[in-house]
Amino acid sequence: MAAPALLLFGFFAILPLFGVVALSFVHWDGLGEITWAGLDNWKAAANDSVSRNALWLTIKLTILCVLFQGPVSLLLGVFLAGRQRYRALLATLFFLPLLFSSAAVAITFTALLDPNFGAGTALDVDWLSQNWLGDPQLALYVVVFVIGWCFIPFHTLIYQAGTRQIPKEIYEAARMDGAGPVAQFFRITLPMLKYTIVTSTTLLTVGSLTYFDLIFVLTGGGPGNATRVLPLDMYLTGFRSYDMGKASVLALVLVVVGLAVSLGLNKITGASRMDSRSEG
Amino acid sequence: MAKNTATDSRPNVLGAIGAWLWLAIIILPIYYIFVTSLRPQPDYYSENPLSWPENATLDAYIRVLENDFLLFFLNSVIVTAVTVAASLAVSLMAAYVVVRSRDWFGRNLFRVALLGIAIPIQAAIIPVYYLIVQLGLYDTLAALILPSIAFSIPLTLLILTNFLRELPESLFESMRMDGASEWKILLRLVLPLSRPALATVGVYQALQVWNGFLFPLVLTQSASTRVLPLSLWSFQGQFGVDVPAVLAAVVLSVLPMLAAYILARRQLVSGLTAGFGK
Repeated sequence: MAAPALLLFGFFAILPLFGVVALSFVHWDGLGEITWAGLDNWKAAANDSVSRNALWLTIKLTILCVLFQGPVSLLLGVFLAGRQRYRALLATLFFLPLLFSSAAVAITFTALLDPNFGAGTALDVDWLSQNWLGDPQLALYVVVFVIGWCFIPFHTLIYQAGTRQIPKEIYEAARMDGAGPVAQFFRITLPMLKYTIVTSTTLLTVGSLTYFDLIFVLTGGGPGNATRVLPLDMYLTGFRSYDMGKASVLALVLVVVGLAVSLGLNKITGASRMDSRSEG
Repeated sequence: MAKNTATDSRPNVLGAIGAWLWLAIIILPIYYIFVTSLRPQPDYYSENPLSWPENATLDAYIRVLENDFLLFFLNSVIVTAVTVAASLAVSLMAAYVVVRSRDWFGRNLFRVALLGIAIPIQAAIIPVYYLIVQLGLYDTLAALILPSIAFSIPLTLLILTNFLRELPESLFESMRMDGASEWKILLRLVLPLSRPALATVGVYQALQVWNGFLFPLVLTQSASTRVLPLSLWSFQGQFGVDVPAVLAAVVLSVLPMLAAYILARRQLVSGLTAGFGK
């Protein structure tokens, strides 16, 4: 009875994991013959300044995403954990970005941020109608913001669920002892959310390492290579420059970095069993 | 779940300001999509981008619908429906095996599934492309459906297994005593009882598949197999300066998910939070 699931999963998910290792040692243009390459692809990737830059950009993007999305989601989630009706309404509306495909979001922000006809021109403030996506200094930060627009709602949900799990009695006891809201937040809410923070940060980090479609449609990696992160570099190398071998090397780097980060995060925080508190 | 938290004992002014500010950030782009899609194309260049259109019109929607939008819509419906149905079916069968078996196989099947959640599609896409080409499925809807099922199995299996574990053992035993086969137990007992879990994970997976971009980008090519997210991207290239039409396509593409959200909000929200962290 488990056979169909095993077959499908094994063939299209497990087999490719071995496949990508094998493909990193061959030359293949995606259509023609496959020939043995030895370590050529690995050397080429290591010496490629574009790919090295892509790895650096990915790390930078990941750090910025964690720093932006983490605190905002935590604060919003804790706030929305309250049971007031208007907070429920806010929670309903906050969810909306999750319904849009990345392609839709990217297209919307391309138009919205247009320096000549976008929303920046609605007010007569020059600063707002910058060439947000065309300026290599700004583009990565704009990408981080748009990614936040998409995914903060998801992490807010996680924190909302996590906060609602904190027993009410703890707060009551703290109030009796005269702890104000700020003290309660730092002494109770934050420590009690430890596992939720680990979960959310892990998901955020692994997610940030693999963001592809949004950046692909929003900037295509540009201007220049200013937003050409690793997954994008992999796609462009494989499916635009027809170098599947080198692209496989980049894919492997992605997997290894992703696994290392999520294992590392769990080790540092000592939360090897994240499931104990995270059920919404 | 606790009924109350500290946050509702007294007004939290700072929090409220932050939350309403974030609401503005969420709503502004959505409002912009909507008003721009109603703007006549010439007015797009002259009117204030955030104003209500003076000559609101549905022309942009008509231009989108005249450009094969319904075909792309139908493709998305087929891919999403078949993927979700198949994923639920094979995962429910596997979840039943995991829950019923006490042996090495059942336990490890579950472990593999847990690991599977961590496999990013991006990392597997090149071999998946290779396999699809070898199978002669390139540029067909099946090329999207098969890998989408495969990558949705781990989370679906996880959620269904956790759900089935909660069912009382005695239910299975009494049916087995009556001489029911495993298949009969699955169809008569497990399937009806699992309906809430199937709805939760089904709605969630539907959202994922409906909005998926990488598989369609890599595994299909022609307009006849194009699905919605990819069509938005190609509309952007095709219509170029016709921004109202591009954003009208965005509105049309999100309508089914908006309907799902209104009708099955609880399932969608719990589906999103059910799988994380395990």
